[in-house]
Amino acid sequence: MQGIKTVELVKSYKRLTAVNKLNLEIHPGELFSLLGVNGAGKTTTVKMLTCITKPTAGDAFVGGYSVTKQPEQVKRLIGVSPQEIAVAPNLSVKENLELMCGIHRFTKEKSKAKIKELTRRFALDSVLNRKAGKLSGGWQRRLSIAMALVSEPEILFLDEPTLGLDVIARHELWDMIRSLKGKTTVILTTHYMEEAESLSDRIGVMKDGNLLAVGTAEELKKMTGTNDFEAAFVSVVKEGAL
Amino acid sequence: MRMLTFAKRCTKEILRDPINLAFGLGFPLALLLLLSSLQKNIPAELFDIDTLTPGITVFGLSFVTLFSATLIAKDRESAFLQRLYATPLTGWDFILGYMLPLLPLAVSQTVICYLFAIPLGLTVSINIIYAIIGIIPMAVFNIALGLLCGSIFGVKQVGGICGALLTNLSAWLSGVWFDLKLVGGFFEKIANVLPFVHAAETEKALFGGNLELALTHLIPIILYSVFITATAVVCFLRQKKKQ
Repeated sequence: MQGIKTVELVKSYKRLTAVNKLNLEIHPGELFSLLGVNGAGKTTTVKMLTCITKPTAGDAFVGGYSVTKQPEQVKRLIGVSPQEIAVAPNLSVKENLELMCGIHRFTKEKSKAKIKELTRRFALDSVLNRKAGKLSGGWQRRLSIAMALVSEPEILFLDEPTLGLDVIARHELWDMIRSLKGKTTVILTTHYMEEAESLSDRIGVMKDGNLLAVGTAEELKKMTGTNDFEAAFVSVVKEGAL
Repeated sequence: MRMLTFAKRCTKEILRDPINLAFGLGFPLALLLLLSSLQKNIPAELFDIDTLTPGITVFGLSFVTLFSATLIAKDRESAFLQRLYATPLTGWDFILGYMLPLLPLAVSQTVICYLFAIPLGLTVSINIIYAIIGIIPMAVFNIALGLLCGSIFGVKQVGGICGALLTNLSAWLSGVWFDLKLVGGFFEKIANVLPFVHAAETEKALFGGNLELALTHLIPIILYSVFITATAVVCFLRQKKKQ
């Protein structure tokens, strides 16, 4: 299993450089958080790594495959839970999961087993036959992550997975994300300090498309000479690259 | 096949939306009922059930455009497509997955309109079958137009453009509600350049058993269908690339 490596990765639009010469290495099985305020370039980075957006320059290797030259191979390795809730609203929870099974060409037996496993893992029993569009934000996020895991991805991208959730739903989702540690490489984008500190093996801090610092929460605190993570983040963002 | 899985999902999304059913079926059937009742009290050749029904089937197709455009625009806005773009689904899987389920829906809508018109006095003959088959090119045009609008516009714009503008264009320029020759001039010329009147005339000709006349009206519809389908495919693939 290989992780992710970006080489001078750039995404620019007419007047804006959303991601600027990003060089980053994420180890297999690691839970890596990209932390930054709105517009930092986190989502654009995820979009490039998941082959949704083409880089303007540079390249990235996901599981050893190039996102620019081998997108089909990359897509077979990854699972994505986008920032906005991305479920089919008029389909039931079960049908949403079946849809993903079908897209990944699972046999009927394999689909059944996979849905059973994900239902248990994400405690979806009580809502399995309810329309996804009628569920609360917390349930929709759970379903969204479960859908991303259908293909048994080596690498999972979670773009702001707890955005807009209440404290309880957020903590429940954190437990689920923690359960993936070690088995799956997880790339999580967030602007919640607590989330990044609590879940991540390592954290990358982004601002205006630039990666300012990378390290564990403890390392970032040490680098900035602060005792709490939020202060470390503010210090990194205000002072620029460390 | 991946495409069929996606197509199945699109079918469910459309059929489970009560607004789609209300407008797609309810509205054309209500018009049939209303106008045929009107015709009984104030006889007008245009609203004779044998003339009216083929026209209403063409008008009903404008709602198919609305369904297809709304579904695609909603998928784009909700990031559902973003999720699917990161799967092994190809551009053609998406295009066919969106378009194919709508064809049987459009044909079913036409069948239901003809069946509904029988108790209202519609002449029953084999020509109904020809008229149902003859609706297919116009259905393709309407479905492709939906794909095009859904690829370009957002949900709100689609509501305005397909829901209001297109249904009105289809109504005014198809000659279903009034004889275009009565207006004449520039209006009639514009109507003849667009496919709506040709679709209504094709249906009327097929229903009346005039195959030769139907074929002359079918040609512009087929040309429009090919052009709009090609444009829709290009626009859909372009927006996919632009993500």
